[in-house]
Amino acid sequence: MAKLPTPQELIATRPPFPEEHWLDVRPEFAPGSFCYPAKKETMELLHMPNPHEWDPAAEDWGLPENWERILCDAFAERLEKHRSLKLFMDICVRCGACADKCHFFLGTNDPKNMPVLRAELLRSLYRRDHTVLGKLLGRTVGARGWDKSVVKELFHYAYQCTECRRCSLFCPYGIDTAEITMIVRELLHEVGLGTHWIMDPVKNCSFTGNHLGIQPHSFVEIVEMLADDCETVTGIRPKTPFNKKNAEILFITPSGDVFADPGIYTFMGYLLLFHELDLDYTLSTYASEGGNFGSFTSFNMAKKLNAKMYAEAERLNVKWILGGECGHMWRVINQYMDTYNGPAPDNMTLPVSPVTGTAFTNAASTKMVHITEFTADLIYNGKLRLDPGHNDHIITTFHDSCNPARGMGLLDEPRYVLKAVCNNFVEMPENTIRERTFCCGAGSGLNTEEIMELRMRAGMPRGNALRHVQRQFGVNHMACICAIDRATLPPLANYWAPGVTVSGLHELVANALVMTGGKKRTMDLRQEDLPGAEEDGADGREGGE
Amino acid sequence: MFVSLLLVLLIGAIAWAGSAAGFASLFGVALPYLAAAVFVVGMIRRMVYWAKSPVPFRIPTTGGQEQSLDFIRQAKIDCPGTQAGVFARMFLEVCLFRSLFRNTEADARAGLPANSGPGSVYYSSKWLWCFALLFHYCFLLVFLRHFRFFAEPTPQWVTWLETLDGLMQIGAPRFFMTGGILLAALLFLLGRRVFNGRLRCISLVNDYFPLWLLLGIVCTGICLRYFDKTEIAMVKIFIMGVTQFSPVSAEGIAPLFFVHVALVSTLLLYFPFSKLTHMAGVFFSPTRNAANDSRRVRHINPWNPPKQYFTYAEYEDAYRDVMAEAGLPLEKEPDRPAG
Ligand code: HEM
Ligand code: SF4
Ligand code: SF4
Repeated sequence: MAKLPTPQELIATRPPFPEEHWLDVRPEFAPGSFCYPAKKETMELLHMPNPHEWDPAAEDWGLPENWERILCDAFAERLEKHRSLKLFMDICVRCGACADKCHFFLGTNDPKNMPVLRAELLRSLYRRDHTVLGKLLGRTVGARGWDKSVVKELFHYAYQCTECRRCSLFCPYGIDTAEITMIVRELLHEVGLGTHWIMDPVKNCSFTGNHLGIQPHSFVEIVEMLADDCETVTGIRPKTPFNKKNAEILFITPSGDVFADPGIYTFMGYLLLFHELDLDYTLSTYASEGGNFGSFTSFNMAKKLNAKMYAEAERLNVKWILGGECGHMWRVINQYMDTYNGPAPDNMTLPVSPVTGTAFTNAASTKMVHITEFTADLIYNGKLRLDPGHNDHIITTFHDSCNPARGMGLLDEPRYVLKAVCNNFVEMPENTIRERTFCCGAGSGLNTEEIMELRMRAGMPRGNALRHVQRQFGVNHMACICAIDRATLPPLANYWAPGVTVSGLHELVANALVMTGGKKRTMDLRQEDLPGAEEDGADGREGGE
Repeated sequence: MFVSLLLVLLIGAIAWAGSAAGFASLFGVALPYLAAAVFVVGMIRRMVYWAKSPVPFRIPTTGGQEQSLDFIRQAKIDCPGTQAGVFARMFLEVCLFRSLFRNTEADARAGLPANSGPGSVYYSSKWLWCFALLFHYCFLLVFLRHFRFFAEPTPQWVTWLETLDGLMQIGAPRFFMTGGILLAALLFLLGRRVFNGRLRCISLVNDYFPLWLLLGIVCTGICLRYFDKTEIAMVKIFIMGVTQFSPVSAEGIAPLFFVHVALVSTLLLYFPFSKLTHMAGVFFSPTRNAANDSRRVRHINPWNPPKQYFTYAEYEDAYRDVMAEAGLPLEKEPDRPAG
């Protein structure tokens, strides 16, 4: 990995706009500016169209012979399938309201990272083939034809958009550049162009059940190890039910939580919480992935990977599904799952919390509940014994992930939980939170090492906001409810606001959770000593009756 | 930018010369009929074109807290859960440009004292919202005021509007605020495109042309009223003739009037083929016009492809032995005992 510039340099060296008209500028594929291409075998295994070896830095991308026909037809087909696409192609007034709402634009100052121009890359092609004026007047009215350099340009900018929808919030017509990016990525996949970081997890998820390709026995082994760690910290070894039939609840979370630091602590949090509640639930090794990199590939791939959730819920005969902390997973569940793979199997029923009796009527059809909804309800009903003092060594802020924020509206549940388990909570500036939140800079399958500088650029608005509360209020921690965030925010924090740690919400919940029969906590879930734990010198046990 | 200005001037010049040379009925009668027909047919066709594609997924941009637990307050308008909420959201979008109101301007600095280092600042920026709103409302009011010419006797509400509009009495004839504000708002919208680097970069002929056209319309309109004072009574008789499909002679009406009419006709002709279709399109926008209720009510995709996925049976076939070894429950026991 190339050496990163300092944050100051990064901001100061954003280049001015090029002199030429944007139609005459083409991106350079310098190392660090693109994600590695997907492997041919991967694409073959997944039956993706036109699999081939190619190199983004090379002149020739080895497109299939009739690539132009394929793309034109695929585009026309998408127009027939999505009203959104037709509309977004037609009605943009180029008012520029979306321009400086995009973190990629703010971090790179590349005009084509303004959402409006990102969309114009495709719109210019639309004009030539699908509008009267474009057909008559061509370039005068911003129309252009396909050529190979245009395909490269589309690739370049479709993978510099994290599909975060921030632009769409500010657009007077709600034009959602994320939707356009999703469709451009679909088109590119038609001619065999995809990225390794996305397609490899897709392949793994297709054939082993999760993105990391963890096979069933290893999955079990890792979870058992995490349960052991739970015991070290709390004195209680939580249950680890797997593939258990007739459980009430199936729990699905991104596999990143089982595998990657600091996600694993969030996973330990789930285990401890469920154990304390004596929840009748099960994990599944088959549906062991909540995330869905298919949603960064195509609608159909997203559907395919998502299908396992209901299939497993049916096989295991559970009543409802509880979903862990993840961003894009929840965009898929909220906006796509029921449409893709519903209706939910007959054995499933309206989700009702077995602890509080609350019916989650807002999930009446999907029958899948977000863990923060579940936990917030527990806390509201006083069903958890919490000692937020265990989190007193942190002053935390909260990062809203794009997808729950703008693709679901899940904003206050996590805050409700966070405030109950932490005494010190500070919001970041208002233009950077809630529905206006800024992306971590690496969502939608861009959380790969080879584009680290780009990620840090795109993470600038989030990083600066974090730095702000760090300097002003001594914030030293950032909680989030997204597995991708747990992977992408630590390097971002390290770069923009060194000293801030990152965790999932349920890590903090479990830190504060007083377990029945548990030992007195002297360390947190990361097995770091709790400051001041020794002095209290109580009877060494807490929570026992 | 100048291409589109020249184009508008050219259209104006042709209309002037043409009507002065005796073709007034071409610009005063035939062109408006054609333009009105193209506008109506074109807009309907555009809407049918949009409507023909389904909305496969429920994708509202949620602008606030969703409907959730009882003790969590929902943002009923920015994140509607019901049709009433959607209606309120659309009302605010269309009538008050709610989304544009959110606008901010972002700036990043390598050194920001509050951050003792790099930082971002966001300024509230309501100029676009303000002038876009002024533009649209004044445009609407000016349009409505024109009913003075379209109906006999002049409807009461038009007179009422005129009184309101002319409240600030400046000279005679009464000065209508809307005309002036419309001009100012258009100049602002044009100015942005010319002087703001980002806007200059994204602007196309398609963006300058309607602005010049509208400026042309407004300017000729203002001239007709205050400077090149036209014989209003005659104009009204002429327009009434056109609207009642029995055109009368255009004799004696100043050519400038026909320039005004020709430019308006051009706007109507251009409208259905351009971004101006946002007028109707905003109502179709799937990120705004749907409730965020897709977990409660199943949204149907008419082209939903068949399910194809790696089934549990295939999964167990692939991993049966290791699953048995790990003690996982199985649908079918392995042929040979594990281990
Ligand atoms: C939700 C409703 C609407 C919104 C949010 C909206 C917003 C806008 C915006 C932001 C512009 C761009 C100005 C610029 O930057 O150049 C514009 C232009 C324009 N709008 Fe609307 N508009 C709406 C409805 C309408 C309606 C109902 C009409 C009916 C005539 C209309 C007619 C126009 C025209 C003629 C322009 C031309 C000016 C230009 O091209 O810039 N709009 N609108
Ligand atoms: S805010 Fe919407 S209408 Fe304005 S330029 Fe951006 S996408 Fe186009
Ligand atoms: S969706 Fe997000 S990343 Fe993509 S263009 Fe819009 S603001 Fe930028």
